[in-house]
Amino acid sequence: MSIKVRYFASLKESVGRSEDELHVTDALAVHAVWQRLNPDFAMPDAVLAAVNMDYVALDALVTDGDVLAFFPPITGG
Amino acid sequence: MLIKLCEAVVDPWREIAAYQAGLTHLAGKFGATAVFVGSMRDFNQGDDVSSMFLEHYPGMTEKQLHYIVEQAQVQWPILDSLVIHRVGLVKPEDVLVVVAVWSAQRGDAFDASRFIMENLKSRAPFWKKEVLASGAERWVEKNTDGYQHQPG
Repeated sequence: MSIKVRYFASLKESVGRSEDELHVTDALAVHAVWQRLNPDFAMPDAVLAAVNMDYVALDALVTDGDVLAFFPPITGG
Repeated sequence: MLIKLCEAVVDPWREIAAYQAGLTHLAGKFGATAVFVGSMRDFNQGDDVSSMFLEHYPGMTEKQLHYIVEQAQVQWPILDSLVIHRVGLVKPEDVLVVVAVWSAQRGDAFDASRFIMENLKSRAPFWKKEVLASGAERWVEKNTDGYQHQPG
C-alpha cells in the first residue's frame, strides 16, 4: 500500500521536502504518518491535515492510494 | 456559480460586469448584488511590504471554495455568485479577492457574501509570503480578525 504525502508553504520549508511516498501494510492515522516520515521533527501544534483534499482530524485513518497533505494555518483572502 | 483563481491582475468591476452580463436568465429577478473586494496593503505588522507570493493547494482550493458556496446556497436563497482569488506574485494595491452575490433581497446577498468571505479566510488553502521593503521574506502566520472594531 502506498500513501502520497504533500507539504505546503512554511511547513514545506521546515521539513525541506514538498512530497513523500510512504509504503505501509495497514491503514495509519494521520499523526502516525507524520511521525513515520519525520521522526526527528515533532508536528507543530497548528498543523492542518487534508486527505484527498478534504480536512481531516489528526487521528483519521489514511489508506492505500490516499493523498495526505500537511500545511500551516491558512492566510488567504 | 463561478469560482476562478487568477495569476494575472484582476479588475473586479470588469469581472463583475462581464459575469452579470451573462446572467440573462436572471434579468429582473435580482434586487441585490453584494460585492466584497479585498486588496493588498503596502504595510503589515508595522513593516512596509513590497510584494507578496500567494501559494495555494491546486485542486483543494477549488474544492473547498465550491463547498463554501454550496453551503451558502443551502442557507440563503441566492441567485448566483462569483468568487475570484489571486495566486502567485501580487503587488500592493492589487485586488486579492472578489466575492459577489446576487439575490432577490439585500439581506440574503449581504449575509451570503460575508459567509463566503469568512469561510474562504478560514478554509480555502492559500498562504501568503511577504517580501518586505528591506528585502527580507516572511510567511504570514495567521489571518487577522476582520471584525476587531465592532460598534458598541
